[in-house]
Amino acid sequence: MLKYILKRLGVSILILFGVSVILYVLLRCMPVDFVRNRIMELQEKADGAVSEELVKKMYETYGLDGNIFEGYYSWFTHVLRGDFGTSFISSRPVISEIFNADRMGTSFFVAAIATVFEFLIAIPLGITAATHQYSIRDYLVTILVLIGISLPSFFFGQMLKDIFANKLQWFPVSGMKRAGWKFPNKFAEFIDYAKHMFLPIFTVIILSIGPRMRMTRTNMLEVLNSDYIRTARAKGLREGKVIYKHAFRNTMIPIVTGLAGLIPSLFSGAMITESVFDLTGIGSYALKAMTEGDIPVIMTYNMFLAALSVLGVLLADLMYAVVDPRVKLA
Amino acid sequence: MQEEENKIKEFEETEAVKETVESAVVDTDGEKPLDKNLKLMSPTRMVIRRFFRSKLSIVGLVMLISLIVFCWLGPVVYNRWSETETDSNGVLKYTWYTVSPDEGDIDEGEFYQFYQYIVTRKDVDTLAAPSADHLLGTDDKGMDIFTRLMYGGRLSLTISFLAVFLTSAFGIVMGGIAGYYGGIVDNIIMRLCDVLMCLPTLPLMLIIGTVLDSNGVDSKYYIYLLMGLLSLFSWPGMARLVRGQILFLREQEYMVAAEAMGYSTVRKIFKHLIPNILPQILVSMTLSLGSMILYESTLSYLNLGVKIPLASWGTMVEVISHDVNILKYNFNVWGPPGFCIIIAVLGFNFIGDGLRDALDPKQRR
Repeated sequence: MLKYILKRLGVSILILFGVSVILYVLLRCMPVDFVRNRIMELQEKADGAVSEELVKKMYETYGLDGNIFEGYYSWFTHVLRGDFGTSFISSRPVISEIFNADRMGTSFFVAAIATVFEFLIAIPLGITAATHQYSIRDYLVTILVLIGISLPSFFFGQMLKDIFANKLQWFPVSGMKRAGWKFPNKFAEFIDYAKHMFLPIFTVIILSIGPRMRMTRTNMLEVLNSDYIRTARAKGLREGKVIYKHAFRNTMIPIVTGLAGLIPSLFSGAMITESVFDLTGIGSYALKAMTEGDIPVIMTYNMFLAALSVLGVLLADLMYAVVDPRVKLA
Repeated sequence: MQEEENKIKEFEETEAVKETVESAVVDTDGEKPLDKNLKLMSPTRMVIRRFFRSKLSIVGLVMLISLIVFCWLGPVVYNRWSETETDSNGVLKYTWYTVSPDEGDIDEGEFYQFYQYIVTRKDVDTLAAPSADHLLGTDDKGMDIFTRLMYGGRLSLTISFLAVFLTSAFGIVMGGIAGYYGGIVDNIIMRLCDVLMCLPTLPLMLIIGTVLDSNGVDSKYYIYLLMGLLSLFSWPGMARLVRGQILFLREQEYMVAAEAMGYSTVRKIFKHLIPNILPQILVSMTLSLGSMILYESTLSYLNLGVKIPLASWGTMVEVISHDVNILKYNFNVWGPPGFCIIIAVLGFNFIGDGLRDALDPKQRR
């Protein structure tokens, strides 16, 4: 087991190395004067004064003035020392920008709550759809789920905003909290926060519920067709017991291992949804950095995502071995 | 380990196919001569029958066909406006005001009502409401929305088709090579897959978009280049699918026979292996067509995809991201393209779902 984990960790490091090479090469495809102008522009917007020194400093970590091999080597050695460079926009260290408790916290809060609800809604729906295969219920659930998958996040988010915030005025339009308002107590503050978070979380839930439900349904169907379920029925067990005690336990296996695969989505932030509702999460921050060409932020954020997804896959495989006694890791 | 499980599953599936065919054969009453009563259906016909038996897939098909007809034949029939034409005929805007007259101007006992009638001329008819002139009104630049909907659909659908075909072609070739040759080639390709799988699609698209932007690519080729580059990164999913299938099929008797006949490698791959994987490839392609449309429109919404004045559904929704008033008051500007996106994606998903069920040999209905 330990040997397996170590081996996998080694492979993960190699994968991350590959990812970093691809990202770096991609980003270096931007012309040098473009990058230079970008830095000047962004800096001017931020505080006005741009000196040659500053541009040099910005270049340094990413080796943007040398050739591509020197540049990558420079980036690599800096990263090994824990230096990910400074953001072009805010000229603060990238690490403190990305792993900002506020940003990460907001994104994590949205993702965590959405995930809980996603599981609470998707699993029962998937089970009823499977146990009543080809019934109206099955069709209805399938259609709703497919609609959920097919919604473009930006359009759905804007539409919710238009209906519930602009027209009905049940929820605030955007932002994180009511501006210029002194809250009488903590509770009122929390209520306000929850109101601002409701629409984004709802959007994320609706958009992500589909795949999970479909997975539950297919797994449940597979299990329901297996021999031991037939045996259980032949024994004369009640249907409820067959489904919730015998079948559901085996349906749980992919669901539980899927939990580990959720790690990336918990921390990466929902880019489009966050920017539609003006949340100051990591997703909208990264989106802005990517559209404006803030190289250090883009590089670090994507490396972070890659690391998370490698970790997620590894953990999912390990969970498999823990949950399912039939699986042996080698 | 998982591969082995998959192999077993796939084996069972092919067994199930044989069974279905046999059960169709055995279905006789025994009275008449057997061959008169025999109803043998080819697997393809069975698949088609199962596909059309599901109402959802028919709905999906209808949705897509009507969209395609709308986008490709629409501009031929309704050619009043062209894609990027702004309505600069000028409109006269009439405004009425009630004016109260000065005292003493009117005789007592008589009743007059005074109106001020102001005519303003607007050179470009922007943000017009739906009318006979503009079926869905005009956008903030005075371009006809109904017309742009059709042209935008052409672009959105074409781009997604191209991107999916390119990605699938890459995936099939890479997966085919990896699965067929195995060994070190397989190892290298699969590690490359692992690396590419770690790059999330949307951020990757954004990065490519920014890079293209910085290189000043002409907006005409921009989106094609973007999708082409994207397919260089998004083939691993298809490659894995093809490789897994080939690993399983390679062990089949008919492949041993093909080997014994001394067929060339190319022939073995393209004539014997690929046609057997085609069903899975088809399902995966249909489903990814839907998600490709979503990606394209998201990118256009972020102003990194198709650029104004060219129309695509995503671009047409984009106006609301910088103009709150349009979001609030002009639903006819951003609503229709959004619904078109949903219809297209939903159509592909319905068809993909129906195809998957129809191609699933375990299903007996």
